[in-house]
Amino acid sequence: MSKLDSKIPEGPLAEKWSKYKASMKLVSPLNKKKLDIIVVGTGIAGAPAAATLAELGYNVKSFCFQDTARRAHSVAAQGGINAAKNYKSDGDSVYRLFYDMIKGGDFRAREANVYRIAEVSNAIIDQLTAQGVPFAREYGGTLANRTFGGVQVSRTFYAQGQTGQQVLLGGYSALKRQVSLGKVKMYSRRQMLDLVIIDGKARGIITRNLVTGEIERHSAHAVVLATGGYGTIYYLSTLAVNSNGSAAWQAYKKGAFFGNPSFVQIHPTSIPVLNDYQCKLTLMSESLRNDGRIWVPKEKGDKRDPNIIPEDERDYFLERRYPAFGNLVPRDVASRAAKERCDAGFGVGKTGLAVYLDFRDSVKKQGEKAIKGKYGNLFDLYEKITGESPYKTPMMIYPAGHYTMGGLWVDYNLMTTIPGLFAIGEANFSDHGANRLGASSLMQGAGDGYCILPYTITNYLADEIKTKLPSTDTPEFEEAAKTAKERLDKFLSINGKQTATSFHKRLGHIMWNYCGMSRNEEGLKKALQMIDDLQKEFWSDLKIPGKVEELNQELEKASRIADFLELAKLMALDALNRKESCGAHFREESQTEGGEAQRIDSEYSYVAAWEYQGDNKEPKLHKEELKFENVEVKVRSYK
Amino acid sequence: MSKFFTSSIGQKFFMSITGLFLMLFLLVHLTVNSLLLFGDGELFNRAANFMGSNPLMKVIEPVLALGFILHIVYASYITLKNMLARPQKYKVTNNTKVSWASKNMYILGGLILTFLVIHLINFFWKIKFGTITAISYDGGKTELHDVYDLVSGLFKGWWWYDAIYILGAIFLFLHLTHGFWSAFQTIGWDNDKWISRLKTIAYIYAIIVAGGFAFIPIFFLLKYVV
Amino acid sequence: MKIKLNIWKQENPKAKGKFVKYELDGVAEEMSFLEMLDSLNEKLIKEHQEPVAFEHDCREGICGSCGLYINGRPHGPGDEIGTCQLHMRAFREGDSITIEPWRAKGFPVIKDLIVDRNAFDKIMAAGGFISIDMGQAADANAILVSKEAADKAFDAAACIGCGACVAACKNSSAMLFVAAKVSQFALLPQGKIEAKRRALNMIAKMDELGFGSCTNTGACEAECPKGISIDYIAMLNREYLCASFSETE
Repeated sequence: MSKLDSKIPEGPLAEKWSKYKASMKLVSPLNKKKLDIIVVGTGIAGAPAAATLAELGYNVKSFCFQDTARRAHSVAAQGGINAAKNYKSDGDSVYRLFYDMIKGGDFRAREANVYRIAEVSNAIIDQLTAQGVPFAREYGGTLANRTFGGVQVSRTFYAQGQTGQQVLLGGYSALKRQVSLGKVKMYSRRQMLDLVIIDGKARGIITRNLVTGEIERHSAHAVVLATGGYGTIYYLSTLAVNSNGSAAWQAYKKGAFFGNPSFVQIHPTSIPVLNDYQCKLTLMSESLRNDGRIWVPKEKGDKRDPNIIPEDERDYFLERRYPAFGNLVPRDVASRAAKERCDAGFGVGKTGLAVYLDFRDSVKKQGEKAIKGKYGNLFDLYEKITGESPYKTPMMIYPAGHYTMGGLWVDYNLMTTIPGLFAIGEANFSDHGANRLGASSLMQGAGDGYCILPYTITNYLADEIKTKLPSTDTPEFEEAAKTAKERLDKFLSINGKQTATSFHKRLGHIMWNYCGMSRNEEGLKKALQMIDDLQKEFWSDLKIPGKVEELNQELEKASRIADFLELAKLMALDALNRKESCGAHFREESQTEGGEAQRIDSEYSYVAAWEYQGDNKEPKLHKEELKFENVEVKVRSYK
Repeated sequence: MSKFFTSSIGQKFFMSITGLFLMLFLLVHLTVNSLLLFGDGELFNRAANFMGSNPLMKVIEPVLALGFILHIVYASYITLKNMLARPQKYKVTNNTKVSWASKNMYILGGLILTFLVIHLINFFWKIKFGTITAISYDGGKTELHDVYDLVSGLFKGWWWYDAIYILGAIFLFLHLTHGFWSAFQTIGWDNDKWISRLKTIAYIYAIIVAGGFAFIPIFFLLKYVV
Repeated sequence: MKIKLNIWKQENPKAKGKFVKYELDGVAEEMSFLEMLDSLNEKLIKEHQEPVAFEHDCREGICGSCGLYINGRPHGPGDEIGTCQLHMRAFREGDSITIEPWRAKGFPVIKDLIVDRNAFDKIMAAGGFISIDMGQAADANAILVSKEAADKAFDAAACIGCGACVAACKNSSAMLFVAAKVSQFALLPQGKIEAKRRALNMIAKMDELGFGSCTNTGACEAECPKGISIDYIAMLNREYLCASFSETE
């Protein structure tokens, strides 16, 4: 258990971070110039981290698989970014933001980390504003705020429905500035293939140049993974189709523990699956639930045009089940309620896997213009995809895989169990417990990148100032590069009949059906077997055209899917281990009479951190007990 | 500032400034020419001779020539550079939303230049270096070039000149519909409100100028031939 | 429905490319354009042919990865959409569709329909930022910005960097891209301090990288998936001219 030291500083919750910062080791400016840091990923955590570390004086190498840093998938976050500014004087505070996150996460997150992210949230808004991020404003020139699900204050800063894009571009511009100053070297179109460990410390990575296919070696004094989540394991998800879990997975296989892999947020308001060709689902922002009402017909299989179904034949099931929060219940609750109705046969649309999100009443009350002002771009987006106008016909929505609360286990320093390997943003498991509240992913990613990592990594590097930059010719690099190359060659040599995508689709089906919104022991065991079979088939019947030494998109896919096939098993295993329901993790065996999630605090109040033991060997479970000293652990109720 | 002359915006700036200057000239030119429509030609002859003999015009003439030359030289250079910015062309293009004139300014400019050469040979050359019949006014006290006779003679005598001048006016119209507002856009004198206003003014200006110039040969055709 | 495709294939940056014809059956109206290409690729792989390389990622019109020149228009028929938001309902049975990569000196082809848009990154690095280190910012509400300015800055900032403006422009000019960034910052008090340097440096870089100059055709605005207006180009011109005339160096 010694490896699982969360390193939470002593002292009262509100003082932990400031006292810890004050006592950290420093690196002099002259020495910073001699230290190299690799940052993989350029999203809302990675770009700020790379930029801020470069501002401090470190030499940064920044990697992304996209053609440019600005396309990282944080760009697609819609709704907003939270901060405890209390500009609305509605009683918000750092503590309240902290409490909302702990409760929203169903008491499965670490108090000290969550408090810290709430604490730094204000500085992020200041920084982003200074960078020129055009947040929405009031007529008086001050910043505007809006409300989000699961909370009772107005603390969300936003830039129309494109907050993620604007916040990301803020980080991207800071990164470009450091590129121009020569402090950051950009490596775009690179796929990370492996992590290199020398003498027990993370010292570099192996990448594939996606244009030439060349296997490259990069060394550094520390490695930061800001590689996002693995929601595309479901094949259909709200993520970008190229988002993947490979970097985190390579780190896991090199000894970093994986925390709560089965905690995946299923977002309630995605455009439903329309056909078989789809490879991704488009999200409709949670903010729509402020004015839209969710319903299904009261009669099973009612196929009438929704506009002619009279009021008393509609079941506004969220308002019925959760009168206090109504349509604004947290995401996990809303998703499950929709699934329950559809499973019971009340679903609408061609597939029966959809519910209505209806703006009829809001349009009547506020007028079409007001609704257009708030959601115009989202309505347009919906119409472009479905060909239907939400002003006239209710939207159809269904839950979809969205965000992974699980990720690499990190301590208070955001360092994994491998010394010198840090994980930030969605790639780590840290701040959202078993469910994430809206508008807090940008906050956490940016907080990790701008405010936290630059301190904690300095504390680590203070002991590395005498270490020379490792050569990339060491046996460790040789070995890692060789293994990576062999693996790629293997994909090509299988020469089977099935495409990479077809395997991904099948894996997605398995995961969605058995390890998605609701899970049970029988299903998970079945899933484990099915994944195993699929994996065998994959390695014997995969067809990849072309060569390694060229731009080869099929090869890129194959390598991600191979990792997903392994990760899928860990997810199922973790879901199987946690016999309670908590947050987004719903075990059918553990529910109240009313069908709500039933936590079992006496047995599962811990973070499940999994340690890799080798291929085909059961990973080892480590438990980090969660202590709640500042909040009362309660049943999470939104009724 | 040194980089300004070689920068893309700097070069466009000179296109814009020379263009605006030439457009101003067109207005003056048209104003004088419009006198052709009134009376028996005395008014026009007096104005034309005044313009020809005014010392100020001696200064303006080379400036005007320079304006033309700069406009043409910059246009050629920019067009060539812009063509090089796309070494491989598209197989299919379909940009119907863009005005034809805006895409073909250089071609229109070339056609106008051709017209201009003919025009200069017809009038400018003859007035400057040729022999033109004289006409006396004020009972013989004033003797002037009979430019009116030269103009009316041309338009009366050869119908294809009328056609060339009308065609020239059409090219000019197209060139101006884009050139006018584009000049303001390039010097930054534009915003979301003014862009549509300037485009409207551009059309009004182009109709007045090109229409005015085109009307002159038509006028003479109607007056003397039909 | 059944469609005919005529797609640019080019093995690598140095190879000579050519158009290759494909026929695809079973195309459904509700397919997105990229899903149609996905299904073409699945078919090609199964038939032991090389799939068509094209760039894509978020598939919801925000990342700016996808960019195909379809039947003579960047992002194909339809206004204010990315290629990923184009659906096959825009086409009819038996239609021929010609798909080309962006063509510009500044965007060399890497493979098939994928081009290198690194030039945009270089232009951004030349000045597309506000020089503020983490930790130096004052309270966000200490800088007041009028709602009009903030909204106008946002409209410019909505640029997704896809390059359709360059692809659409007959001069391969990157002016709309540069204008969007220069204007966003010029409209905000935070960005005013460096406004001159920014305009001068970004334009110098744009020129250096081989993009053409703006002849105000408005093709960029017509094809921009985010509907960014050429008003911003006027603003850039203004910023640039003021900066040039008051430059002291």
